[in-house]
Amino acid sequence: MADVNLSGWGWRHAGRSAHALRGVDLRIDAGERVLLLGASGAGKSTLLHALAGLTGPDGAISGEEEGTLLVDGRPADRGRGLVGLVSQDPDAQLVMARSGDDVAFGLENLGVEPERIWPRVSHALEAVGFAYGLRHSTGALSGGEKQRLVVAGALAMRPRLLLLDEPTANLDPEGAALVRGVLQRLLADTEATLVLVEHRVAEVTDLVDRVVVLEPGGGVVADGPPARVFARHGADLAARGVWVPGREPAPALAPAPGGVPVLAAEGVTARTPIGLGVRGGGRRTVLENVDAEIRSGSATALVGTNGSGKSTLLTLLAGLARPHRGAVVPRGRLSEADSRPLDRWAARRLAQHVGTVFQHAEDQFVTASVREELRFGPRRAGLPPMQVEARVDELLQRLRLDTLADVHPYTLSGGEKRRLSVATALGSGPEDTPYVLALDEPTFGQDTRTWRELVDLLAGLRTAGSAVLMATHDLLLQRHFTDSRLLVCGAGVHTDERKTE
Amino acid sequence: MNARSGDTLTLDVSEGAGAAHWLSRFNPAAKIVAALVLAFGLIPATDPVTAGVVLAAAVVLVPFSGVDRRTLLVLGLPFLLMGSSTLLVNLLYGDQGAEGALGAAVRVLAIALPGLLVAISSDPTDLSDGLVQRLKVPERPAMGVLAALRLVPLLAHQWRSVTFARRARGIAAGGNPFRAVALFFGRLFSLLVRSVRTGTLLATAMDARAFGTGPRTRARHSRWGRRDTLLVAAAPALLAAAYGISHSAGTLSPVWQMK
Repeated sequence: MADVNLSGWGWRHAGRSAHALRGVDLRIDAGERVLLLGASGAGKSTLLHALAGLTGPDGAISGEEEGTLLVDGRPADRGRGLVGLVSQDPDAQLVMARSGDDVAFGLENLGVEPERIWPRVSHALEAVGFAYGLRHSTGALSGGEKQRLVVAGALAMRPRLLLLDEPTANLDPEGAALVRGVLQRLLADTEATLVLVEHRVAEVTDLVDRVVVLEPGGGVVADGPPARVFARHGADLAARGVWVPGREPAPALAPAPGGVPVLAAEGVTARTPIGLGVRGGGRRTVLENVDAEIRSGSATALVGTNGSGKSTLLTLLAGLARPHRGAVVPRGRLSEADSRPLDRWAARRLAQHVGTVFQHAEDQFVTASVREELRFGPRRAGLPPMQVEARVDELLQRLRLDTLADVHPYTLSGGEKRRLSVATALGSGPEDTPYVLALDEPTFGQDTRTWRELVDLLAGLRTAGSAVLMATHDLLLQRHFTDSRLLVCGAGVHTDERKTE
Repeated sequence: MNARSGDTLTLDVSEGAGAAHWLSRFNPAAKIVAALVLAFGLIPATDPVTAGVVLAAAVVLVPFSGVDRRTLLVLGLPFLLMGSSTLLVNLLYGDQGAEGALGAAVRVLAIALPGLLVAISSDPTDLSDGLVQRLKVPERPAMGVLAALRLVPLLAHQWRSVTFARRARGIAAGGNPFRAVALFFGRLFSLLVRSVRTGTLLATAMDARAFGTGPRTRARHSRWGRRDTLLVAAAPALLAAAYGISHSAGTLSPVWQMK
């Protein structure tokens, strides 16, 4: 029920020369439901954080502000319980070890009397449909359930303005559907004003009645009911990488050449690692006696809910981890390099033939510049310097990283990091196509432009004969670029050779 | 590699866990005070008997702490290593002879074990409540530590991911200890970058829920019962008994009597 008023508002993050946003004029009436859109880097999250009162002199985010930003006619100010914020990563939002305590945390901070805290906690948990008890361990919840709890924590504070920053971005499809259901029910009951940022627009258009499009470094460029904004600006938004409903990328890819098996899991059993902490619990079997075959010249998707073991299977197939029982063995030309099980291979040899792209790209960066990062593999593979440089230049061009060659990898944007991480996984072998390329959630959180580039790149590798192996939730990726699926569930694996849909 | 997977192991506080164990029923604040009293009380004791009595009492409590065999093994090994290295160093370089060396080793264990028992038998939330409400520890650091503790399993997960990533890039120590050390620090740096980011996100989330904006109330009351008072009183009593036994055994040689 809070109204929001921005005029000439701008924000520049500390240490940056360019404004994240500038000249924003926006009025949101009490009870409106607004979707904020814009290309990556358009300052959507920044605006949400400012509305939550997190920017400014005592805020968590420092920088320079201009213009005015008023919530209910006053400067946004955290601590009055006026605003509730739900962000992407549930793991970075839950504070307490027990579910009830976590919801109570915000109420304690607001100074609510102790005897009134628990009824409000129970009420909030009921409103979001949280089925576990107050004492249930927050660490033992699935991603979707964690996010459900985060929503309850924001709700218990009875916000007049609810801010949602890609609340389903980090969840598997089941978890995302769960949270959307919670939000839908919630918005029917509450009168709170809503401002939502979401990448995957199609899934949330029924939650909002207004769409506001922001320009990177600028202000509002389009504003109105969803249907009208998408009709007028849809093409433009799609061109800038926004996931516009009905304008999802539909790449025309070369067909899979197919091929012979290069890799096989034989009776693989895997268990969770020993837990840290005083009551870490025992090891759980995530994969039991799994057989699977990966073929060259084809794209294989590992699918299944979070925690089903598909990431574990990916690390095993990529030769990074040792199975508890059974083995991942090379076949065909891969076995010519080394016929032992993959986990026995020396790291250097493994990197020449089997590449892995991690979900968090930073994990795999080992040098201080983009160019060094690309040199690293070929140089270690023993290529002559001339050839190394030629390879690096070619990769820089192909992945549009040539202007960023001397930049530190950590300072790249999300899409650039993704491209670089794929490039580093390619460049170790004698040819620049690895026999196997394993990727963990490669399209996660990417805009349509990076998505397309990535799919084109992977399709090129498939044509050249690589076996592309992806652990992924992305249904669009599965629709356009998957030749066979391995469904991981209940510690087993089911193969589905048909193309999805 | 997927940080959000359900197989993340937790610093578990599952429902009712621990409540069945006698030692977990005390207020963590009482346990901390008792452990500190024992630790400081043992500083002057150099003989094996005084510390031995305290160590024996602590060992007797182990089955009541709810610790399982695996944890005992994992935590106990470095523990014994610590004791035996103290013994060895004092034996080789100390001037107190075999008895003094044994005394030093037993003392180290007798000081450390009660602390370990407190950590094992206390729920982190109750511990922080006890620290804040009973021992008047400032709220902000206590809450910060509690929130950080929740990130420990996440950190373990990130460590594995970083380790896998090095192998994927073709980096391995290959039996070279110097390279192994350099590699370890490389991984540590990657982990640091990740954890700083997670920590910042968590701090932002806490701020968004009005943390640190004014006086807080407390949803949970840290109860202090008679048994807690008794536990705190038991610590000096145990010390007195230990010194008494050592004295009557003729082994007592406090530091101030050392030559």
